Amino acid sequence: MKALVVERNLARFAASRAASVLGSGRGATIGPLQLVDASPPELPTEQWYHLRPVLSGICGSDLATLDGRSSRYFEDLVSFPFVPGHEVVGVLDDGGVDHAGTALAPGARVVIEPVLGCAPRGIRPRCPRCEGGHTGLCGNVAFGDLEPGLQTGFCADTGGGWSEAGLAAHASQIHAVPDALSEQEAVMVEPTACAIHAVLSAGVTDGEAVAVLGAGTLGLAVVAALTHLVRPDHGCTVTVGAKHPRQRELATSFGADTVVDPDHLARAVRRRAGSLVVAGRLVEGADVVFDCVGSSASITEALTMVRPRGRVVLVGMPGRVAVDLAPLWHRELTLVGAYAYGEERIDPDTVPRRTFVRALDLVARAGLGSLVSAAYPLERYPEALAHAGAAGRRGAVKVVFDLRKPKGSIR
Amino acid sequence: MSPRPGFVLDVDRSTPPTLFWHGERFSLEKLPVGSRVIYAPEPVDPLDDPSSAIRHALTHPVGDRDPLPALLRPGMRLTIAFDDISLPLPPMERPDIRQLVMEQVLDMAAEAGVDDVALIVALALHRRMTEAELRHAVGDRIYDAFAPNGLLTQHDAEDADALVHLGLTEEGEDVEINKRAAESDLLVYVNINLVAMDGGHKSVATGLASYKSLRHHHNPQTMQRSRSFMDQHRSELHSANWRMGRLIAASGVKVFQIETTLNNDTFPGAFRFLQKREWEWKAKDRMGYVAAAAALDRTPPRYARQVFHSVRAPHRMTSVQAGEVEAVHKLTTDNVWAQQGVVVEGQTDILTMGLPYISPYNVNSILNPILVACLGLGYLFNMYRGRPLVRQGGVLIMTHPTPWEFNPVHHPSYIDFFEQVLSQTTDPVEVSERYEESFATDPWYIHLYRTGYAYHGVHPFYMWYWCAHALQHLGAVIIVGGDPAAVHRLGFRAASTLADALEMASDVVGPAPTLTHLHAPPILMADVQ
Repeated sequence: MKALVVERNLARFAASRAASVLGSGRGATIGPLQLVDASPPELPTEQWYHLRPVLSGICGSDLATLDGRSSRYFEDLVSFPFVPGHEVVGVLDDGGVDHAGTALAPGARVVIEPVLGCAPRGIRPRCPRCEGGHTGLCGNVAFGDLEPGLQTGFCADTGGGWSEAGLAAHASQIHAVPDALSEQEAVMVEPTACAIHAVLSAGVTDGEAVAVLGAGTLGLAVVAALTHLVRPDHGCTVTVGAKHPRQRELATSFGADTVVDPDHLARAVRRRAGSLVVAGRLVEGADVVFDCVGSSASITEALTMVRPRGRVVLVGMPGRVAVDLAPLWHRELTLVGAYAYGEERIDPDTVPRRTFVRALDLVARAGLGSLVSAAYPLERYPEALAHAGAAGRRGAVKVVFDLRKPKGSIR
Repeated sequence: MSPRPGFVLDVDRSTPPTLFWHGERFSLEKLPVGSRVIYAPEPVDPLDDPSSAIRHALTHPVGDRDPLPALLRPGMRLTIAFDDISLPLPPMERPDIRQLVMEQVLDMAAEAGVDDVALIVALALHRRMTEAELRHAVGDRIYDAFAPNGLLTQHDAEDADALVHLGLTEEGEDVEINKRAAESDLLVYVNINLVAMDGGHKSVATGLASYKSLRHHHNPQTMQRSRSFMDQHRSELHSANWRMGRLIAASGVKVFQIETTLNNDTFPGAFRFLQKREWEWKAKDRMGYVAAAAALDRTPPRYARQVFHSVRAPHRMTSVQAGEVEAVHKLTTDNVWAQQGVVVEGQTDILTMGLPYISPYNVNSILNPILVACLGLGYLFNMYRGRPLVRQGGVLIMTHPTPWEFNPVHHPSYIDFFEQVLSQTTDPVEVSERYEESFATDPWYIHLYRTGYAYHGVHPFYMWYWCAHALQHLGAVIIVGGDPAAVHRLGFRAASTLADALEMASDVVGPAPTLTHLHAPPILMADVQ
């Protein structure tokens, strides 16, 4: 059985970074990723189960890692060698137990909530963040029963989704996939959970104007989450900057009010706010900006198009950036990160639910399975990564590995 | 020798290629045998002595008006309003006709002892004029006498304190105009009448109005009911302005209307071949064409634009009439038709036109895609009386580079209209219903209109509404040589050559279609029998 493994090899990371100048994912064959023969990972404790991946997505954070562009902040929060792949739908061949303690029969289809917080690490008592349902904020991701690793797919002990040999999943990570949900839809649950967390963290209230910068997987899922989770109770307006025609079509279909080229997003926000302009910056602007890109340019732009005391939510994973924070100081802006998930409330007085549970529902309601554009076998990983790195330009959104034998069909 | 009238040429095998404008360039195109080319009449002989003619008009008014000197008295409040940068096209050589007229009006006012005189540019929702443009229009003497003292102002349709609501017409239309003009003892309006739509009650009712007033006739429904708006008798736009003008008069506003007409002597010196009939080109014309075409091909568009916008037309005054608005305008319209009218027998399946670099709304600026559409579908398509030149369901083929390019100072709201409105819908009615109000009331556009040189936020809507009748009438619109992305955003089809466009058109109108080419400029008006 084959698996893609990332080794700690600085020379290969450097080569990959150089090749990524030609395009994200272009350094696959000279980078730290290698296709190897692999065995199923050992199960750390009896609360772990073996999961055979069916589909596993390629995330922007995977590409950043493989391109050697991710922040050094994460260096001690991963352990080598690791098998990437944290957007996973798979099968429990031997059955198991899910996050709620429900027994699952052999052959059950599940998705995994990949954060490796206190529960998977066997840490008792749990940290205050995990205790409060914010597992994404767990501070123990380098401790406990496992090697360091923020998530499955970045940890040497658990394996990851880019493997035919499978991975180890802790019961607390396991969510059963309803029969009505296809694998194509299920593989979108993890990024959708990220988007839901970002949207619900932002606290969008009645009639607020929201701008979304970037219309890749996360941006589009943010639009869907705004449409289905916020708009019914808090009629917000959503303006999206989308670079490519397919992205524009999808953003519109997911409920965006206005979709424009990213270069024109600030103009569209200005018009909606009826704002004056001073030295290229809006006097008023969007109440909330979701930056689903995470670059210096996108953060800078987000800060120029948000209203005073507005919120900028970083959904896309940023690295080291250069940003003029004068507008943040002067206009008393809130710049907030949105990583992963845990438990979410739609409104403060509602009962919290696991983000993944909400995501399973949203994927089905919004038809987010349509974002899966292409599937590759592991052996064709160079093509898959290059496709994912140029997804927007090539009319794609989410590219996945198909680990089925024989392969299924994606659309 | 008297000038020759307009002419419809039947293209045969011996017909030389026909000149097509292509923005800041032009080309010679071989039209299919059997096509027709409509040429404008030659320039009408100008007045021998314009100054005397002006004086005569002011002292011998038509309609129910006393001579101007009799209307002037010490202590009175006199306002002189005049047409803005949108007229004439191209801007004329100095002295501008407005200067000639206003100097005489001001001389008479001075002789009568009138010392409360204000000049107002009747720009409606157009951009403000620069000092250089104002000096060109009114002359240095008038500019220096009035502008430094704040007595030469530009109408501000967004200054609530400077507007007055005069009432509603019988159709319920608000009439709100410039307060200084309305409350003067006499309002003298100085007009340049380039096309039949200009002048008359439109001068004051539109030129000095607010958005609240203009929205009643600058809308898709009015445009769709104006067949065409160059034909007073079949123009809803005309009717609305007339209702408003009569209400203005009934409100006690005394207007002394001065209208002038120009001949169509449009291009000077090196560019004179542009207004000649190709089969009459002499060696000098052919050399002029070759030299100009070759030079322009090597010139970056922005510099070519500068070259053309520096062109000053050798227009000459052909008539001046003054007095009561409607009586004046009747004479004016007759003179316009005398210069521009061409009798054309029957409609055509395909109408072609080469679009030049200029329209009323991009003097010293860029003919952006919305203005391209407006020039072709709004203006040139509507240059008819009787029936449109092209049949219902026919095809309009225009040649223009149609760059995705805007002047951000002059046309800021156009950029957003193109990006955010036309990307959603090109239906004028839907455009109006969904988007107009938010653009019209946008404080940033209002700020730029009032303090900069920007057209009002609603102006791109009006440009699109001008196209409404043509959009309703035509089966397809094809732009040859345009930026495909910009052309598609307009909802039109893009072709790389005229031959390709004709082939595309045949899909709409069938094989062996009839074709007519509108050879303008110079401006002409087709009287379609």
